[in-house]
Amino acid sequence: MDIPYTVTARPDTGVYNAKVGIWLFLASEVMLFGGLFSAYIFLRIGAPAWPGMLGGQLYKTSFDILNVPIGTFNTMVLIASSVTIVMSWASLMMNDFGKYKRYMGLTILCGLAFLVVKAFEYNAKFSHGLFPAEGNFLAIYFTLTGLHGLHVVGGIIVNSYFWGPGSKMWKTDPKRFTNRIEVAGLYWHFVDIVWIFLFPTIYLL
Amino acid sequence: MSLKAIHIFFIALSILLALGFGIWSIYHHYLLMGVVSFLIGIALVYYGIRFLRKLRHVDMR
Repeated sequence: MDIPYTVTARPDTGVYNAKVGIWLFLASEVMLFGGLFSAYIFLRIGAPAWPGMLGGQLYKTSFDILNVPIGTFNTMVLIASSVTIVMSWASLMMNDFGKYKRYMGLTILCGLAFLVVKAFEYNAKFSHGLFPAEGNFLAIYFTLTGLHGLHVVGGIIVNSYFWGPGSKMWKTDPKRFTNRIEVAGLYWHFVDIVWIFLFPTIYLL
Repeated sequence: MSLKAIHIFFIALSILLALGFGIWSIYHHYLLMGVVSFLIGIALVYYGIRFLRKLRHVDMR
């Protein structure tokens, strides 16, 4: 039995089923990150100084602790990855599987580069004794960026599957495969949009 | 909403971030970072227009 509406739009929703599914999932993700952003706002409003005393030292601004150029670099990497994943989807729509492979490969590399830079950033904090338990700023910083990092890992796993073994579907059902890449692209864009809000909120303000 | 629509939204957000970050950088005396940020913002505007033109036949749903 075939799964219905994997390629054609379902009459009542106007889109194929996977797209409805990913938007429902992303709606729950908005609530998850929205809750954490709210926690950040309330912690900050209630704090006499922000970031405040951490590891026996008083910090007056978040950019005294966090490395803004590194955060900026990671932001550019994620923006570039959004461009490459859209290009991979557009390549499939133009029946160019070779280009799809190249652009999806670049997207995966961008995701990995983001994680490597983030790992260096975390390591620098830990080596200076700046752990989540030191204060509210570091607790919310590690929670938000850590959860975001886990979402990047999830995206890399899914994108790697579609780049590797999952790409066999292109030969048997190209339209459905193109829709799968669109859904993966929607998730990846959500992850990038979260970072677009995270970066100025935590690093700059 | 399609990937095309969310990508346009994302690029618009990125342009705002690039311009905002440029202002922040210059205010905090990171002149080079500010100029680079403004240039990235301009490049993103150019890219966004090109993207819209190239994929104008693709459905936004």
